Amino acid sequence: MTARRKITLDRRKVVSRILKDRGELLLVTGLGAPTWDAASVEDNPNNFYLWGGMGGAVLTGLGLALAQPKRRVLVITGDGEMLMGVGGLATVAVQKPSNLAICIVDNQRYGETGMQETHTAHGVDLAAMAAGAGFQTTSTVYTSAELNTAIPVLYNEPGPVFVDVKITAVEQPMTLPPRDGPTLKHRFRENLLGSI
Amino acid sequence: MATKKKTDWSKDVFKVLKNADVKQVAYVPDAGHTSLIKMAIADNAIKPVSLTSEQEGVAVLSGAWLGGEAGALLMQSSGVGNVINMLGMANECRFPLLMLVTMRGEWGEFNPWQVPMGQATEAVLEAAGVIVHRVDEPSEIAETVEAAARLAFEGGRMVAVLIGQRVVGFKDWTK
Repeated sequence: MTARRKITLDRRKVVSRILKDRGELLLVTGLGAPTWDAASVEDNPNNFYLWGGMGGAVLTGLGLALAQPKRRVLVITGDGEMLMGVGGLATVAVQKPSNLAICIVDNQRYGETGMQETHTAHGVDLAAMAAGAGFQTTSTVYTSAELNTAIPVLYNEPGPVFVDVKITAVEQPMTLPPRDGPTLKHRFRENLLGSI
Repeated sequence: MATKKKTDWSKDVFKVLKNADVKQVAYVPDAGHTSLIKMAIADNAIKPVSLTSEQEGVAVLSGAWLGGEAGALLMQSSGVGNVINMLGMANECRFPLLMLVTMRGEWGEFNPWQVPMGQATEAVLEAAGVIVHRVDEPSEIAETVEAAARLAFEGGRMVAVLIGQRVVGFKDWTK
């Protein structure tokens, strides 16, 4: 467990900065606030939003990264969602996808269900768990300067990369992207593959 | 209570998977899948994905399909309970999902702890929206997987092939 530091970063600003110069990035978001965060930046056909499947965001990113080894794949998800599928860190580490990056927006809360504390509020260190699984590149971000360092890592460092960004537990307005599953799937595939 | 004579159905099933252009094989091992897993690992065109839990495979193969690749999930019936929540994603998005499930907890099972999930497997999968093809004849396994693969990848559905314990065999703990 790492030393506790003051949390000041705002989730919307963090996600907005990460996606600002996204280029051809393929993005998978975990259910709840990370999906709203990504949608608040822009609704992009290279986004695949999970509205359910809790615990599946990182693994969805893994399957996509294996299928598209020349494209950078980023998974943005929450701490609660990551914890539910935490075994996936081991599965990803064993696969060693060089094009996969994982970013946790970690408010230490279950934000959609009443802001109950997750295990990360009690010292569970997701970056250490990723490192323990075998990720070579991991970090926990508390400050704007650290985020500036982490963003190029998410885009450019050989994966799998894991960055846990500590964010304040403040609820933001929901920004709802399309939620019909087949629609999201078809537009993502059509944009990526040229056909469905 | 004889187990059906062991035939090498794995080779034929692997051919079916190759013909269906399966590129990712996700699995939690089962004795009945030993040969298939070995063939998947040995094939350079297939990415074998070893899982910590079966539910991971549903998400991995959903991502694979997003990226243009078909996949198959190999598992034992005792792992079916683990996939139910994640099936919601495949069901809602109509992601193709081909599951090859070897059965425990039925024909000649000696381990009582295997029986509850084995007996519930078919009903639970169907309740979650999965189309179930059950096969107890070794000679029918490959063609059943072929039909299931078509229904999954072209019909856009979740399909499980349950391979009966009578075919797979039961553990002989006296040896």
